[in-house]
Amino acid sequence: MIKLLALLALLSPLAAQAAAKVQELSLDNGLKVVVKEDRRAPVVTSQVWYRIGSSYEHGGITGVSHVLEHMMFKGTEKHPAGEFSRIVAENGGDENAFTGRDYTAYYQNLAKDRLEVAFELEADRMRNLALPPAEFEKELAVVQEERRLRTDDDPESLTDERFNAVAYAASPYRNPVIGWEGDLAELNIDDLRNWYRLWYAPNNATLVVVGDVDAEAVFALARKHFGPLKAEQIAAAKQRPEPPQLGERRLQVKAPAKEPYLMMGYKAPALREAGAEDWEPYALEMLASILDGGSSTRLSRELVRGAQIAAQAQASYSAFTRLPGMLVLDGTPAKGHTVADLEQALKAQVERLKDEPVGEEELERIRTQLIANKVFELDSVYAQAMQIGVLESVGLGWPLIDQYVERLSEITPAQIQAVARKYLTADNLTVAVLDPQPLAGDAPTHTAKAGASPHVR
Amino acid sequence: MSVSRSRLLSLAALALGLSLTQAASALPQIQSWQTTKGARVLFVEAPDLPMLDIRVVFDAGSARDGGHPGLAAMTANMLPQGAGDWDADEVAVRMESVGASLVASALRDMAFVSTRTLTREPALETALETLSKVLAEPRFAGPDLERLRQNTLTGLRQEEQDPGTVAQKALYREIYGDHPYAGAPNGTPEGVSALTQEDLTAFHRQYYVARNAVVALVGAITRAQAEAIAERVTAGLAAGEPAPPPPEVPDLTGPKTLRIDFTSTQTHVLIGQPGMRRGDPDYFPLYVGNHVLGGSGLVSLLMDEVREKRGLSYSVYSYFLPMRADGPFLMGLQTKNDQADQARDVLMETLRDFILKGPTDAQLAAAKKNLTGGFPLRIAGNAKVVEYLAMIGFYGLPLDYLDRFTERVEAVTAEQIRDAFARRLHPDRLALVKVGPQPGAVAKRGD
Repeated sequence: MIKLLALLALLSPLAAQAAAKVQELSLDNGLKVVVKEDRRAPVVTSQVWYRIGSSYEHGGITGVSHVLEHMMFKGTEKHPAGEFSRIVAENGGDENAFTGRDYTAYYQNLAKDRLEVAFELEADRMRNLALPPAEFEKELAVVQEERRLRTDDDPESLTDERFNAVAYAASPYRNPVIGWEGDLAELNIDDLRNWYRLWYAPNNATLVVVGDVDAEAVFALARKHFGPLKAEQIAAAKQRPEPPQLGERRLQVKAPAKEPYLMMGYKAPALREAGAEDWEPYALEMLASILDGGSSTRLSRELVRGAQIAAQAQASYSAFTRLPGMLVLDGTPAKGHTVADLEQALKAQVERLKDEPVGEEELERIRTQLIANKVFELDSVYAQAMQIGVLESVGLGWPLIDQYVERLSEITPAQIQAVARKYLTADNLTVAVLDPQPLAGDAPTHTAKAGASPHVR
Repeated sequence: MSVSRSRLLSLAALALGLSLTQAASALPQIQSWQTTKGARVLFVEAPDLPMLDIRVVFDAGSARDGGHPGLAAMTANMLPQGAGDWDADEVAVRMESVGASLVASALRDMAFVSTRTLTREPALETALETLSKVLAEPRFAGPDLERLRQNTLTGLRQEEQDPGTVAQKALYREIYGDHPYAGAPNGTPEGVSALTQEDLTAFHRQYYVARNAVVALVGAITRAQAEAIAERVTAGLAAGEPAPPPPEVPDLTGPKTLRIDFTSTQTHVLIGQPGMRRGDPDYFPLYVGNHVLGGSGLVSLLMDEVREKRGLSYSVYSYFLPMRADGPFLMGLQTKNDQADQARDVLMETLRDFILKGPTDAQLAAAKKNLTGGFPLRIAGNAKVVEYLAMIGFYGLPLDYLDRFTERVEAVTAEQIRDAFARRLHPDRLALVKVGPQPGAVAKRGD
C-alpha cells in the first residue's frame, strides 16, 4: 500500500498538468452541465447523456429506446431529417449515438471552435423532435437489419442474448438493448412519441464537454441554447429488483456455428445500491482483474497457456451499473477440450478464489495497471467524457472518477476472498452453452466467373 | 505537443478563402533519422502526459507469407510468447507489473509491435528491455507454436461462422487471385497446420531486420532520449535488407461473381476491385471522391440511397485501402435475404452514377469542409499520432504529409475526381461476393 500511495503521489502532479479538474453547473431547468478542460489538442467532445435505456423499458416495447435514438437523426421542425448530420459533417465533426441498458448518449467530436454548432442542434432535438411516420417505417427496417447483423447471425451474441433472458427473472437486464424481434415488429410511432415525451428533457440529461475549452464559456453557451428548454415531470424509474436466485440455471443455444462457446454468470451487486457494503463491488472488480486483467493474469496464464483448456477465456464485471448485474466468465474451449472441461476449469478458478487469498504480488500488478491506465486514458477526450457520462447516468456521479482507483487499490486479499464466497456460489449461477448446428455448405457452391455481369438488373 | 501554429494558419489563409475558419491546429512536429543499424525513426515529442507510445513496424505482413499462409501472422503473434530467458508468462508479468502493454500483429503489408508505457522508472526501463528482447530474440518455442497453432485454427473456424468475414475473405481472393494480397493475414487451416519452427525462424531472420523497420515514437521524452531508445530497440536486430516491393496488382479482366451458401438471416453483398497504393498520384482525388460516395458515414451518397431513402441496410460503405501495391476498393452492405438483389442494384447504380457524374459542387464543398474541419480530430492524442508516424515512415510518405493534408484536400477539383474515378474504377470489371442462403439451399432462420 505504501508503495502504491507513493506512486500515486508521484504521478498526480504530472497528470494534473494536462487534466484540469471537472466543473459542473445545473441550469434552472435541471440540465446538469459537466465540463473538463483539457488543452492538449484543439478539439472538443460534446456529449448529451439521457437517463433512459433498455432497462427502463417494459414488456412489449423492448428496443424502443434504441429505435428512438435512431429517430433522433430524423429531424425537428427547424432541421428536417438528415440535416443534423449534414451540419455536423460540414463543421468537420464526427458524430454518432449509442444506447445501453442504463443510458442513451449522443456525441459530436469537433474542432474546439465548433462547439456551438453541437449545442444548437442538440438543444433543438432535446424537445422538438418531429418523429415523422414515414421516416419511422424506414428506420425501423434499418434497426431490424441491425438486429440481424449484430444478434441473429452472430451465434455468440445470440447466446449472450438468451443467457441474459434466462439469468434474470425480473430485472429488466433480461431484455436485449436492441429489443426482441417480435416487439420491434409491433413497435409503432405512438410508442416512440410517448417514450420521447417521458424521458427527453433537460432534467433527465447530462451535458458533458471535455476538451480545449473554457468552462465558463461552455456554461454560458449551454445557458443560451439549453436554458430556454422546459423541464418535464420525470417519473422515478421502477427498480424491478431481481429476486434471489434459487439454484443453478442452465440453457443451451442451438445455432449455426463452427465452435462452441460457454458463458457463466454469477449474480452480483452494483455499487449504487451497495450501501454500507460498498467495498464489495470494488472487490468484485479486483476479482475480475485477478482472473482477466491482462495476459499475466490467471485465465490467460493458467487456462490458455498452462493447462491449454481454453482458446480464449474472459472475466467481466462492472460495479458502475444502475441495477445489479453479473460477474461473467466466458470462453471457447481449446482443441481437444469440451465446453464441459472449460466449465470445470473455470469453476476450479472460482473455488481457488474462495479457498486461498490472492497473492500480494498479483494484486500489486493490478493496482499498478490501474494507475497507469488512469494516465493513459487522458490521451483521449472522448474516453474522459464517456466516464463522466456513465457515472452521471447510472446515478453515481462524476466525482467518483477521482476516487475509484483509490477505492480499488484499498481492496485486500481477504475482501476478494469474501466476495468470492458470498457471490460466486453454485445456486447463484447461470450457465449458457452454444451448441453449434451445421452451417450451409462449407465451401462455395458455385462460381460464375464469366458471362453474366454482376450488376445485371 | 510541439506546435507549429503560424505555419498552419498561413496555409489555411491561403487555401481558397475558406468559408470555414480553420481551427488553429497543434500539428505534430515530426523529427526523423536513422539508427546505426539502418532503421528509420519518426519521433514526435509530446510532453503533456508522462507516457510513451512506441510502434515498431516491419515490412513483414502476410504479403511475405511466400507459400506459407499464416506465416507472417504466426511470427508476429509468437513474439510475446517468449524471448531470451523469458517464457510467455515472464514477458507478460514484466510488462504488466509496470503497467505497460505490448501487442504484436501482422496485416497484409506490415507487421507491428506496439508498446505503451509510463515514462517513469522502473516502467520505462522494463518496457524497453522487454520490447528489445521480444523483437530481437524471440524463442519460437515448439510447445508455444503448437498452442498458438491450435488457437489460430479455432479462430479461423470462428471466422467461418461470421458471414461478414466469410464475404470479406472471399472478396480479397476474387480481387487478387494469385497476388499475395489475396490471402487473409491469419492464413488458412492448411497453411497454419503446416507451419514449422524453422519457417518462423527463417521469416524472422529475413524480415525482422533494421533496414526493413520503422520505429515510431510519441511521448514525453527528449530527442536525445528518443535517439537512445530507437538505438536500443533496434540494437539486437541484424541490419539486413529492406524487403523487395510486392508485385504489381493486375486489373481484373472481367466481372466476377461468387455466391457462397450460408445459413443466415441476411445476405452480405461486397463489391470490389484493385484500388490504389499509398503515395498514389490519384490519392487525393480518389480519397475525397470516396468520402462523398461512401466514406463519410451517415452523410455519404451510399448511406443516403441505401439506408436513408430505402431502409435496406444498417451499414453501407465504400473505401479505398491504400497499401504498398494497389490495395482494394471495397463497397459493402448487409440486408435481409429477399432484398439482396435490390440492395446490390442500388449499390451498383450509385457507383455508376458517381463515376459518370462525379460529385456536385455542393457535395464536394461539404466533403472538404468535413475533412479539413475535422483534421484536428485525426491527430488528437498520442495513440493517433503514433499510427500516423508508422504509416508515414512505412510507406515513405513525405514528412510534411500531415502539414499539407488539408491543403491537398482543398486543392482537389470535381473534374479531378471524375477523371480519377473514370480511369481507376471499372464497373464492368468488378468482383462481387454474396454470402447468404442460396436459392434451393438450406432454409433461413429466424426471419
